[in-house]
Amino acid sequence: MNLVILWTDALLFALMLCLASLVWASYRLEHLRRPWRRVIRSRPAMVAAVILLAFSATGLVDSIHFRQGNNGEVSSLLDRWLTPFRTRVEKTYSAPLATHLYSRQFLQLPDGRTVWTRPRLKFAGAHLDDPQDKWSDIARIALTGAGKGLAVWLGLFVFVAMARKGRPPETLPWITVALTAAVLITGTCALYALNLEYHVFGTDKVGEDVLYQSIKSIRTGLVLGTLTTLVMLPFAIGLGVLAGYFRGWVDDLIQYLYTTLNSIPGVLLIAAAILMIQVYMATHADRFTSLAVRADLRLFFLCLILGITSWTGLCRLLRAETLKLREMEYVQAARALGVGHFRILLRHIVPNLFHIVLISVVLDFSGLVLAEAVLSYVNIGVDPTTYSWGNMINSARLELARDPIVWWTLAAAFLFMFTFVLAANLFSDAVRDAFDPRRVED
Amino acid sequence: MSTPLLQIRNLAIQFQQAGTATTVVDGVDLAIERGETFALVGESGSGKSVTALAAMRLLPGTARIVSGQVRLRDEDLLRQPEWKMNEVRGRRIAMIFQDPQTSLNPVQTIGRQIQEVLGRHLGLRGRQARGRCLELLKQVDIPEAERRIDQYPHQLSGGQRQRVMIAIALAGEPELLIADEPTTALDVTIQAQIMALLKDLQRRHHMTLWLISHDLGLVADIADKAAVMRKGKIVETFDGADGPLFANPRHPYTLELLAALPRLEHCVGKKAEPAPPLLEVRDLKVWYPIRKGVLKRVKGHVKAVDGASFTLETGRTLALVGESGCGKTTLGKAILRLIPATSGKVLWRGRDIDTLSLKTRCRAMQIVFQDPFSAMNPRMLVGDILAEGLVSLYPAIPAGERRQRVERLLEEVGLPPSSRLRYPHEFSGGQRQRLCIARALAVEPRLIVCDEPTSALDVSVQKQIIELLQRLQRQKHISYLFITHDLAVVAEIADQVAVMHQGKILELGETRQVLHTPRHPYTQKLLSALPGKALESSLTLLRNKSLNSSGDNAGAHKYP
Repeated sequence: MNLVILWTDALLFALMLCLASLVWASYRLEHLRRPWRRVIRSRPAMVAAVILLAFSATGLVDSIHFRQGNNGEVSSLLDRWLTPFRTRVEKTYSAPLATHLYSRQFLQLPDGRTVWTRPRLKFAGAHLDDPQDKWSDIARIALTGAGKGLAVWLGLFVFVAMARKGRPPETLPWITVALTAAVLITGTCALYALNLEYHVFGTDKVGEDVLYQSIKSIRTGLVLGTLTTLVMLPFAIGLGVLAGYFRGWVDDLIQYLYTTLNSIPGVLLIAAAILMIQVYMATHADRFTSLAVRADLRLFFLCLILGITSWTGLCRLLRAETLKLREMEYVQAARALGVGHFRILLRHIVPNLFHIVLISVVLDFSGLVLAEAVLSYVNIGVDPTTYSWGNMINSARLELARDPIVWWTLAAAFLFMFTFVLAANLFSDAVRDAFDPRRVED
Repeated sequence: MSTPLLQIRNLAIQFQQAGTATTVVDGVDLAIERGETFALVGESGSGKSVTALAAMRLLPGTARIVSGQVRLRDEDLLRQPEWKMNEVRGRRIAMIFQDPQTSLNPVQTIGRQIQEVLGRHLGLRGRQARGRCLELLKQVDIPEAERRIDQYPHQLSGGQRQRVMIAIALAGEPELLIADEPTTALDVTIQAQIMALLKDLQRRHHMTLWLISHDLGLVADIADKAAVMRKGKIVETFDGADGPLFANPRHPYTLELLAALPRLEHCVGKKAEPAPPLLEVRDLKVWYPIRKGVLKRVKGHVKAVDGASFTLETGRTLALVGESGCGKTTLGKAILRLIPATSGKVLWRGRDIDTLSLKTRCRAMQIVFQDPFSAMNPRMLVGDILAEGLVSLYPAIPAGERRQRVERLLEEVGLPPSSRLRYPHEFSGGQRQRLCIARALAVEPRLIVCDEPTSALDVSVQKQIIELLQRLQRQKHISYLFITHDLAVVAEIADQVAVMHQGKILELGETRQVLHTPRHPYTQKLLSALPGKALESSLTLLRNKSLNSSGDNAGAHKYP
């Protein structure tokens, strides 16, 4: 078993490291600590933060990849934990919590007769003698799972309470955080226990567990949301600040660049880039031995091209703000003190743009997760073998057209995406409120 | 005596912010009689505007009226339902706000904005409304009213916009007109015109005027009665019937305010000692090209500074005086090369400033800006702000010594050395201006360009800053180029004065000569527009009295 580091893994962890150092840095600087304290005080923001943390943790666990043997397939730590979900593949569609397949098939009975019926599932509810007892069994499993979850949460709660004993009370709304964590942990445990015996969100066309797919999709969403930002920020900040500060031909050049880029439909550029990478992979097939590596490269390039097409908006915003800031008296005072341009940009302009960057990054995040869904729908998103909400929705297109319709793939993708994006939006709202300089300081 | 027109009894207002309540107005009692001019005087944050807003029931959402009554004749305004208040606002009480730029809707013609009031309160429509509107515009002395009525606010000058605001206020024929710092945003000559207009209108329409101002001189000129407000309380009231306003102040705060007023006669004692020239400006021009047409060809120039020449001597102060837009700030910045000059020469100790290196130039000259709030990066520590010049101009100084220097600078400008580790927003306006001065001093310049350093500050703080500048000049022999619009401040600090108008220096000379025997008609006009003529007599009275009471310094009293 060897550790494999994929492109997106490395960048995702690098990004997390950046974030951690940023948090540490802002904890030391008073003017950054104040708005964050306001974010921490807000209850909805903290609920959202707990959910986001859970999602990010899942995504990170899913980003530690191993290779089985020397030439085996690449799988992640999360895959190993969820092996029972992954391996219990049914024949084809089955509804959520069903014990039988969704469609009728010819079944050969032991006595030789063939009947047109819905056969029992291979794994889900296989332990039941009589499928009629399903619901009481489900309730029992869910309750024991939830009970175990509650025990885990209680342990955690006591641990945290002990660790915090004697410390001064903080502004963090502990009760809210604890309650959110309780709901999250018990819910997850109940789901896990239940999914070991059933398919909570049903199975898809090839009989794969939909819950497993949805969980695997978290990483894709997370990677897209964060890495794209990482690609976009240097362009947006660098060019925006340069254009606004130096004016003249620098400004003209940068404006020309982004208006041109902006007037090309983004989808066209993305489609072209994805086709190019596909051609590249086809001609260099020897370098991409594993399916996971191929899919990962495509995801990486999708982030890249999304980043390159989406920096213009923020760049424009930052240029305008820099135009305003460069006339501020403290910038003029710095010039009168003989401070160089580079230092002025670094110490006077960029720190005062930081709130705009932060706000737009957090707001863009949810937009990017949604963009992935749209792009996969038109087949220029992530690799078809990559689990993503976009791919799930794309397959649901056909499932909704058959009769009787298969609704659970769409529902599961929707539920996960909705929770994730809603949490991100609530959190970004609180961040925006806290960092908006026009709001009254309290 | 009949019941007063407006009576405020025991009014208390709190602001709710982040769970804590701050009392802004604390038990204010006042009465305004019909037909009189009542003035509420106080420094910023004293609660004078909030009191007026409470009478109009226009307080922001975070404010809460804790107790008190506001009676307009017999009605308690605080108990009226909102729809009834709409009958009062504009019709019975009207208000003029400080800034005419933001008080008018930029996308509606001024005629429509006046007619809105006419329609709402008097039911005038169409021709009738337009006719009345023209009458109002003529009343407030707007020339070519027929043309102006269809113009938008941006086509009018600041003074004209304030006249339109007054016309809007008059449209409802109110019994009480509240003017909240109506001239603070305007130039001194325009201020004199607007105040004369208000006084005239009041006389003609028997209107009651409630004036809110920070300017004791202005109030003394126009008001019949006055109340001095401090920290939400009225500390002293004056009645014009008992002799000139402020002639007999008892409360130490009023005395301090009066003592802090800059006065023209303070320049009398100054003596001119010839000193070697430090800075010579010769025929300096800053022109901005006006480009028009497809090819952006230069069609003309805006002459911000048009041939300014003067000499500043070592260790002395030259004041550049003029109204807004006269080019005085541009001239100051062009000398520092913050703005490129079109032509002309600036000589530093006889050498052309363009031949000096950037570092030498920056070490020689520094600048202090008008607004202490935007002059410091809000995201930097005070220590880093002060050390910035040292880092860039004296990189050889080690970090430890740099810190000591910063601490010494803070002490020099009267702030504790521990301020080093705080952020600018933790300081008040006056303290911030001290920090800005310290930042300029850090690189040990020989000349500091002070660009209206006191105009954003209250009178008492202004006095402290001027004293600080004077002390530093004595100690370090620094020269100042002091840019201001306020002739009284000039008298306090300057040795020489240059009066600027439309980019040109009209009159240049020793302060005493320019202020007391002005030659140029524009200087004479500026001087005659200066408010506070009525105050002079009471101040003279006051000084005589304090001389008699054996040097008992009025300002040294502690407040109750």
